Amino acid sequence: MTPPRALLLTRIAQDASAPTASTSIGEPNAVAVLFFAVFISATLGITWWAARRTRTTEDFYAAGRSVTAGQNGFALAGDYMSAASFLGIAGLVATSGFDGLLYSTGWLVGWPVVLFLVAEPLRNLGRYTFADVVAARLDPRPVRLAAAVGTLATISFYLIAQMVGAGGLIRLLLGIPYEVAVVGVGLAMMAYVLFGGMLATTWVQIVKAVLLLGGAAMLALLVLARFEWSPLALFEAAAAKQGDAVLAPGKLVSNPLDAISLGMALMFGTAGLPHILMRFYTVPDARAARRSVFFATGLIGLFYLLTFILGFGAMVLVGPDVIRSVDAGGNMAAPLLAELLGGRPFLGFIAAVAFATILAVVAGLALSGAAAIAHDLWARVVRRGAPKPSEELRVARLATVGLALIAIVLGVVFKGQNVAFMVGLAFAIAASGNFPALLLAVFWPRTSTTGAASSMVVGTLTTVALIALSPAIQIDLLHHDSAPFPLRNPAIVSIPLSFAVGMIVSLLRPDRDGAARFAALERRTLLGTDDA
Amino acid sequence: MSSDASSLERLRAIARRRWRLAGALTITMVTTYFGFLALVAWAPSTLATRLAPGLSLGILLGALVIVVAWLLTWWYVRWANAVYDPAIDAERRGAS
Repeated sequence: MTPPRALLLTRIAQDASAPTASTSIGEPNAVAVLFFAVFISATLGITWWAARRTRTTEDFYAAGRSVTAGQNGFALAGDYMSAASFLGIAGLVATSGFDGLLYSTGWLVGWPVVLFLVAEPLRNLGRYTFADVVAARLDPRPVRLAAAVGTLATISFYLIAQMVGAGGLIRLLLGIPYEVAVVGVGLAMMAYVLFGGMLATTWVQIVKAVLLLGGAAMLALLVLARFEWSPLALFEAAAAKQGDAVLAPGKLVSNPLDAISLGMALMFGTAGLPHILMRFYTVPDARAARRSVFFATGLIGLFYLLTFILGFGAMVLVGPDVIRSVDAGGNMAAPLLAELLGGRPFLGFIAAVAFATILAVVAGLALSGAAAIAHDLWARVVRRGAPKPSEELRVARLATVGLALIAIVLGVVFKGQNVAFMVGLAFAIAASGNFPALLLAVFWPRTSTTGAASSMVVGTLTTVALIALSPAIQIDLLHHDSAPFPLRNPAIVSIPLSFAVGMIVSLLRPDRDGAARFAALERRTLLGTDDA
Repeated sequence: MSSDASSLERLRAIARRRWRLAGALTITMVTTYFGFLALVAWAPSTLATRLAPGLSLGILLGALVIVVAWLLTWWYVRWANAVYDPAIDAERRGAS
């Protein structure tokens, strides 16, 4: 899959030239502003409510384990469905047809893996972060240090992509200056996490997931109403208008190895995303964790099936050329479709939904970053597991403020850059830095401290290095003629490497009492504990 | 102690069953998705085959990947609710 990765909407930053289509996109939209205002007030109200219930670290990181499986299913879906999927994939389908569907399926297939391999042991063994699980029977300090590096690397790249996308998107949809939009997103995200912790973040995700699914479903129904309620009639119309090629694999997949490598990053990266894994601690037990993934998979799958309809709908009704004239990356396909079918008010609604989507995702990212800093680094590495009471919570809040400021600064620094590769990078780091160590620690008794830590460090560093040498940086960003590493996504190399390093180093440098510690944790892996 | 040991053996047995099912379902998902990607990469003209007006094989298989993901998670959750949870509950009651 050669051209831009998932976060196509970051391209907006580059080319928001005057639209030639008859659209009000880019002009202030009263309905959009109204919906923004309602969403912001509602979520701040939720935050105020949640703040009074957030007193301990368990409240702050894990919403006091009070979230139900159904609620967590929506929250997981909310954390996962970014504006990139809504706008980017709809745009990709609208401009290149079938090839866009590869992304729709790719973003879903990681969820069964999360359910089968990760969700239940994670809930049983850990408390707040996935590092809890890796460190459960190993020497905690090196493992947590390495896990925090993997977590913060994943989150930073994900955050940059979201912030740059948010700034460009809001400017294009509303005419607000880029910097103002970035600062606004950063401050709102900070308020949710700082005051309301996980409880507020969870409910922001739920509201956002309902809005996004509702908005996408309404839009899809309006499209289908024009095609006798038949998706096949819609696809047929697309083929009649744009040629049969739109229903078949096209030129997006020019390098099969690249496509498979990206597929591996998507499939195994989901099970290594820190902000997703953290959600499993918000439910009461492993059983609820399992059911919440089931709900999330249903919701996310439904959403990606809807992107089929939205994408082809925009292709037929709006037309690829008009879409590209508004935004070369194709990200305005869904908003343009909304305007065509429901006028400016509906455009305003969809714009507000996209905004809510970004806000919710960055809030989840900031919270998991704060947990890595305060729980893994401060409480366990610096304070060696014995921080003064309430100190960890204070550090977590400080970390939230710090992360919000860093996100704002990075968002401004990367203005106008094509950061599309960064979401792929975040998934690749999660898949090769975090996932192998997590799996080895849970399932392989011989995993040792040095082995797990090396796997995380090597996985993270290799991924970053190979991306730096890939065409995404060397050719697209630095405009060199060729790239030393041929693939745009390194997962096909870095995931096996990380597993191999973890296993070989574990065998070479075993822990002295590793077998005894694994046996001691065996019951807890299966039964969980009452307090965890 | 002997009851502890046999309880752990029973736990291990049910854990092995969970691990076997989870492993098999994971492999099914991986095969499904990468099989689809392999067809896209190496047999694009096959996927262009029209099965009905508006329906190419590629679009059908793409949607089926999502349906397979749903079915596999449903299968696992149904098994876990019906078999795994009761067994774990029995061990937990025995332990306390």
